[in-house]
Amino acid sequence: MIARVAMGAVVLAAMVQTAGAQDLSWSEVERGRYLAIAANCVSCHTDLDHGGTPWAGGREMETPFGVIITPNITFDAETGIGNWTRDDFWRALHEGRRRDGAHMYPAFPYTHFTRMPREDVDAIYAYLRTIPPVESHHVPEEDLPLPLRVRTAIAAWNALHFDQGVFQPDPERSEQWNRGAYLVKGPGHCGACHTDRNLLGGEREDEFLRGGVLENWHAPNIRGGAHGGIAHWSRHDIVAYLGTGRNEHTAAMTRMGEVVQYSTQHLTDGDLNAIATYLKSLDDTPRDASERPSDAVMQAGEAIYFDNCAACHHADGSGEPDMFARLDGSNKVLSDDATTVIRIILEGAQAVPTDAHPGPLAMPAFDWKLNDDQIADLVSYMRNAWGNTAPAVSPSDVADLRDALAE
Amino acid sequence: MTEIHRSIDVVLVGFGWTGAILAHELTAEGLQVLALERGGWRDTPTDFPTTHAPDELRYYWRHEMFQETAQETQTFRNRRGQTALPIRRWGSYLPGVGVGGAGVHWNGQTFRFLPSDFLARSHNQERYGALPDDMTVQDYPVTYDELEPHFDRFEKLCGICGQAGNLQGDLRPGGNPFEGWRSNEYPNPPMEMTFSQDRFKASARDMGLNPFPAPSANMSRAYTNPLGVRMAPCTYCGFCEKFGCGNYSKASPQTTILPVVMQQSNFRLRTHCDVLHVNKDRDNTRATGVTYIDAHGQLHEQPAQIVILCGYQLSNTRLMMLSGIGEIYDPATGQGQLGRNYTYQVMSGVDVFFDDAFTNEYIGAGALGMVVDDYNGDNFDHSGLGFIGGAYIACWTTHARPIESQPVPEGTPEWGSEWKRALQQNFLRHTSLSVHGASMAHRENYLDLDPTYKDRYGRPLMRMTYDFTANDRRLSEHITPVAAQIARGMGGREIKVNALDAHYDIWPYQTTHNTGGTIMGETPADSVVNRYLQSWELHNLFVMGAGVFPQNAGYNPTATVAALAYWSAHAIRTQYLRAPGPLVQV
Amino acid sequence: MLQRRIGKRVFLRGCLLGATALVMPSVLGAREYGGTNMPWAAGVANLPHDAMHAARFFTPEEYEMADAITARLIPDDDTGPGAQAAGVVDFIDRQLAGFYGRGQRWYMQGPFPEPLETQGYQAPYPPAGLWRAGLAALDQHCHQAHGQGFAALDGPTQDDVLKGMEKGEVDLNTTDAASFFDFIREMTIEGFFCDPVHGGNRDMVGWHLIGFPGARYDYRDFLHHNGAAIDMPPVSLMGRPAWNAQQGQRGTGNRKGAR
Repeated sequence: MIARVAMGAVVLAAMVQTAGAQDLSWSEVERGRYLAIAANCVSCHTDLDHGGTPWAGGREMETPFGVIITPNITFDAETGIGNWTRDDFWRALHEGRRRDGAHMYPAFPYTHFTRMPREDVDAIYAYLRTIPPVESHHVPEEDLPLPLRVRTAIAAWNALHFDQGVFQPDPERSEQWNRGAYLVKGPGHCGACHTDRNLLGGEREDEFLRGGVLENWHAPNIRGGAHGGIAHWSRHDIVAYLGTGRNEHTAAMTRMGEVVQYSTQHLTDGDLNAIATYLKSLDDTPRDASERPSDAVMQAGEAIYFDNCAACHHADGSGEPDMFARLDGSNKVLSDDATTVIRIILEGAQAVPTDAHPGPLAMPAFDWKLNDDQIADLVSYMRNAWGNTAPAVSPSDVADLRDALAE
Repeated sequence: MTEIHRSIDVVLVGFGWTGAILAHELTAEGLQVLALERGGWRDTPTDFPTTHAPDELRYYWRHEMFQETAQETQTFRNRRGQTALPIRRWGSYLPGVGVGGAGVHWNGQTFRFLPSDFLARSHNQERYGALPDDMTVQDYPVTYDELEPHFDRFEKLCGICGQAGNLQGDLRPGGNPFEGWRSNEYPNPPMEMTFSQDRFKASARDMGLNPFPAPSANMSRAYTNPLGVRMAPCTYCGFCEKFGCGNYSKASPQTTILPVVMQQSNFRLRTHCDVLHVNKDRDNTRATGVTYIDAHGQLHEQPAQIVILCGYQLSNTRLMMLSGIGEIYDPATGQGQLGRNYTYQVMSGVDVFFDDAFTNEYIGAGALGMVVDDYNGDNFDHSGLGFIGGAYIACWTTHARPIESQPVPEGTPEWGSEWKRALQQNFLRHTSLSVHGASMAHRENYLDLDPTYKDRYGRPLMRMTYDFTANDRRLSEHITPVAAQIARGMGGREIKVNALDAHYDIWPYQTTHNTGGTIMGETPADSVVNRYLQSWELHNLFVMGAGVFPQNAGYNPTATVAALAYWSAHAIRTQYLRAPGPLVQV
Repeated sequence: MLQRRIGKRVFLRGCLLGATALVMPSVLGAREYGGTNMPWAAGVANLPHDAMHAARFFTPEEYEMADAITARLIPDDDTGPGAQAAGVVDFIDRQLAGFYGRGQRWYMQGPFPEPLETQGYQAPYPPAGLWRAGLAALDQHCHQAHGQGFAALDGPTQDDVLKGMEKGEVDLNTTDAASFFDFIREMTIEGFFCDPVHGGNRDMVGWHLIGFPGARYDYRDFLHHNGAAIDMPPVSLMGRPAWNAQQGQRGTGNRKGAR
């Protein structure tokens, strides 16, 4: 929230503070501000966990290869990007190269930002220049695992995983669909979380938006067409979720909560509808049938569910619109990787407050109350109760995550 | 060394319902507002989630939600001449502590006082002649009509569930025909009633009475309030009063207002800060701020332009006494206003035991009930009855928590096999009716400072001198039999009447509706605060809470406390900030 | 961009023992909030911690007496198990060893003159002291009046002694017999009907006796029972047997994580 309030101040500053930005037109800055929101730059480039200054970096990002600390992207000459030219900035977003030409680590989503055309990237640059420069040092630590310690190795990685080039509209599709595709693939960089990665950390094209794992979370399948993870969501549901953080099915929490809080709730309804149109066009393959858990598991799971979960999520898993997640049909409950559901049961989760829904609902932690067997039975039950069907989870899945979270 | 803080626009002492309302109203005005709360932060997911909220021993019997007597308590005696002794463990009432205050652990029974309740002296004298000399009842200096928009606001904030009986003057079937006019229907429909209410309703109707569903702050459906905060439907779990609600379905500061207030950049809350003193200037015309002590024993001085007491009635009254603001009441001379007109609530009840029907009272909610108001306030003719005021009669199904509730018929021993068998037979086949009566002020019921007992800082405890009055006894003797008659008509095997027939006892729980002590009135000669809850003495000091009630009505006080807070906030916003000074000239 | 193997955020999470951590308000001290979201952190909750740590107060002799007394108040009989099966004496023992027994949250400053009947608890000691003094005096009384300690008396004699206490007819030296009896009864009922997490109501025998379904949080489906009986097994905060189907199946359950 501090960051959000500060962002408002920054917008005001953009109106009145023109020192060093006399050459910038209001409309270009405004366009850049909007695109920076669509790209959710501020969320990563702010040390949210420690109340850091917006845009000044310092956030520790867990990546498949370790923790990366985000840089300061204010125009401070020493510690920020104050000496960067428009061309430098373009090269960063389009090619994934630093000002000195070295390759950036792909934790920075240049593989998505490369889809943005020059005028959009320039606009973001123009906007960032209006932000008051902040001096913010981050202590470098040469502690990178091979091969990524050598930035030149990224060249090889790029060769495999980096498809450079701006978004090309599909002339067969509507303007709205193309706008949605651009936002999802470009600035929105949805695939950075929602697409599975290979062993080298590259997004698998054939798994586009079918769900991915990071930071001990599983970002669910968000394909909205037939058999997709959110096939049961209407376009309106998608717009409501991104625009308000709540809908008939669920509430935005944790990492996605941040995205809604800092980014999507500030997008126009037109853009949210475009995203919805695009996601609804993504069909998926039917799910494999899975074996139903044993009666003993289902009975225990049902007892645990009824005693612990029904008060909010209802005995039939139907949830409460705009409050408590619907579990029947949920893409989180049904995803192949049950990490997110197990984790939320273990440590609870808080729905983000948004402008439309300021009430921050939270689910309590159960780690002290339910043991690994019980959580496994509960999750297996939820994955196979009502209309759901998905493979059972084992107590060791729960134990492993419990251990990982304790580390 | 006292740490001196930068001056702030408004300091709120206590952060429950009234603190939250004032914080919201005054931050909206652009003021820098600081709330000081002697307890800790608490919220649904961390402090009373469904995972551990339904714990009767911890929350009720070990007082998890309540103030510790070690921190602040009162001494008590029934009458002058006796030696008051400290309340060492709470019994009769349970003052709250912590963020949200008693608004976290209330039942949610949300009545508006009747129009005639605000005119307790003039209305009754006009209808029945002079009141007894020792009855120090007086009119509120504010009318129902003036408060109506503020009642309405609070009901919308909380999503109160009910059925209008008087919508802009139109009497509506199924609602309370005696209620004051309402500008709007309740924001939500009534709660779903269960077996006991159905029987109560039928019996009351047979007697020609007018049963209506109780106005409830437990949600009958999901609700989004005007601030955009959403509440969930009540699950009838039976853990309301004395407990926090685990699933966001009881209106509390946390579920209605704090999510918005906490995000205001001009709002700050400091927890574990116990205000010891309201400081004043040399001329004795303005409060200059407060002195408080934190959990580490560090003293702080917080200067402020406006000081608002938002603590519980007992704490506010004592803080005024310890700060030397106003003269403490002396019943011997009738002099002094501070501590005068302490009133409470006059309670009795009737148990109903069934043979073949299960009441299953564990399926309940704090404000799940049917009520009749035919004997409340001045809704009936008191001529020749020897008392004024009345009581509502209700069949609440709030819970069947077994440490608290062991219903056994008349004549059952209190332990051993016979008791055990009786409890086994009756636990699920029992309900009760409560008679919730008004408490009229009496010159011998009052609060002052105790001469003997001190708190841990060496400051005197507040002394309560209180007993039921002749008015109370006659009221109870007249109305309890009506409840018994309703009870007999409910089809049970037997009933048990629990009459008010002894001196007020500080041990058994009765109700946490302590009122008076900092009463509101027309002039400094009859009250502590004026009609805007502004201190007559220090014009930038405002006092919230039921302490301002000149006497207590038959209803639960929360809605009236909240409406008065909105009323006062409105006066601060629209009048005081423009021209700081006394808002009422005498 | 830089990388570290363990971020500070990860480290902080590790400090929470990987399990929901206690919030101890008294330790938090004064804190300032505002201008932010409602405070929340993963896995942090104000758990029923006092319930989860067993401690002892009674001497073996006191334990035996308290057990015998509570067994008369709630006997094991044809209606079902009583206080002994419910572990009431263990509950009382734990309570007296904790903050409650110490009277830690109570105003306990003197003086302690003879109180009125309407003035509530006025014993000059906290609950643990009341029990210690009261049991010692009761033991003395039983030896004088009956030649042996309370626990050794037969049931009807024990009941007579307790009735004498209840009426205030037994002289317990400095302890007011009737007040002590009321306090014993109160704690016995607590121990019989509390959540088993507190050490009493073992196997929920108290709740089974009366049909109370326990620590449940949703009865919407049963609201319109219309006077019919409802068959619902009780559940405690830490569960009920039906939660553990797998343990029977696999032999030993994996209890890791649950305290």
